[in-house]
Amino acid sequence: MAKLHFSLVAPERELFSGEVDMVQAPGAEGDFGVLANHAPFMTTLREGRVTVKDGATTKLFDIQGGFADVGPDGLTILAEHAVEAA
Amino acid sequence: MASLKEMRNRISSVKATQKITKAMQMVAAAKLRRSQDAAEAARPYARRLASVIANLAAGVSGDGAPALLTGTGRDDRHLVIVAAADRGLAGGFTSSIVRAARLHIDGLIAQGKDVKIVCVGKKSTVQLRRLYADRIVENFDLSAYRQFTLSVAQPIADVVTRLYEAGDIDVVTLFYSRFKSVVTQTPTALQLIPAVVDGSAAPATGASAVYEYEPSEEAILETLLPRNLTVQILSALLDNMAGFYASQMTAMDNATRNAGDMIKRYTLEYNRSRQAQITKELIEIISGAEAV
Repeated sequence: MAKLHFSLVAPERELFSGEVDMVQAPGAEGDFGVLANHAPFMTTLREGRVTVKDGATTKLFDIQGGFADVGPDGLTILAEHAVEAA
Repeated sequence: MASLKEMRNRISSVKATQKITKAMQMVAAAKLRRSQDAAEAARPYARRLASVIANLAAGVSGDGAPALLTGTGRDDRHLVIVAAADRGLAGGFTSSIVRAARLHIDGLIAQGKDVKIVCVGKKSTVQLRRLYADRIVENFDLSAYRQFTLSVAQPIADVVTRLYEAGDIDVVTLFYSRFKSVVTQTPTALQLIPAVVDGSAAPATGASAVYEYEPSEEAILETLLPRNLTVQILSALLDNMAGFYASQMTAMDNATRNAGDMIKRYTLEYNRSRQAQITKELIEIISGAEAV
């Protein structure tokens, strides 16, 4: 399966950058999931949890507000505030 | 010539000063590394945000575009934000920023424009108050913050948006010191409003044509632009912080070296006069013995 390039960036630093299978994020108008080769899409985010799935591993991040940009080169989330959830 | 005791005192006082400048240099070096990392870590976010905005701005044009992007269409009332250090003992760090800002401000005043000033940092406030006391609308003292985060930059951005929305200003320029390397920091003017859209940051046209927006393009842009303002101020502050420590490190290194030179000179002088005095005493003793 094709991989999706995903990066999660907070103002202070870059929290995640790499190839993953799927990312779920809390969009302003509803949660959405992104797989590889998603159509170009842009949305604001609400407070919530970002789930990053790669094979059997799953990473969770809590974010507060921000912005997601799905382009030809993958998904970028610019979060106002983000921490990795346990 | 000073007495031997006076000279001894002078040497030991210079030595004490040298110890202090040496310690300050080492502290600055340690803090420089940390603030340099912070400045670099903040760059991806600012860069991405700028490219997203460039992307969006290419699509939004005409009447629908938010005022933060397009400006008011006039160029009469300027707001100049001067961001410099909160502390001194860093060579010409603050002065060079203030000098660049003064050049800009004086130019605007000469053209008959209305200029307002926001000072960030205690030292820039002190230097600018002397010249433009009646033009300063707000000043920020950031000496209490050990780390700069979005919450530090937010109040500054709030002042800017408040003035802008009240229709008091047309153009906003931020002066800060861009951190190029440990030895070079250049005072830089950054235009915040109207936002300068970097055309090169946007991907080739065609790729951005079929974007889907949630909620709408305009709504996204409207939330992003104020945030971009804050982020730009924050990255300027972080650059400043790194530049400040680099500048302080250099200044303290120079001071330590100068103190070393001074100690060498004084020690030479001290030894010389000590020897002269011994010789004088010997001559006195010998000539006294010969006289007997």
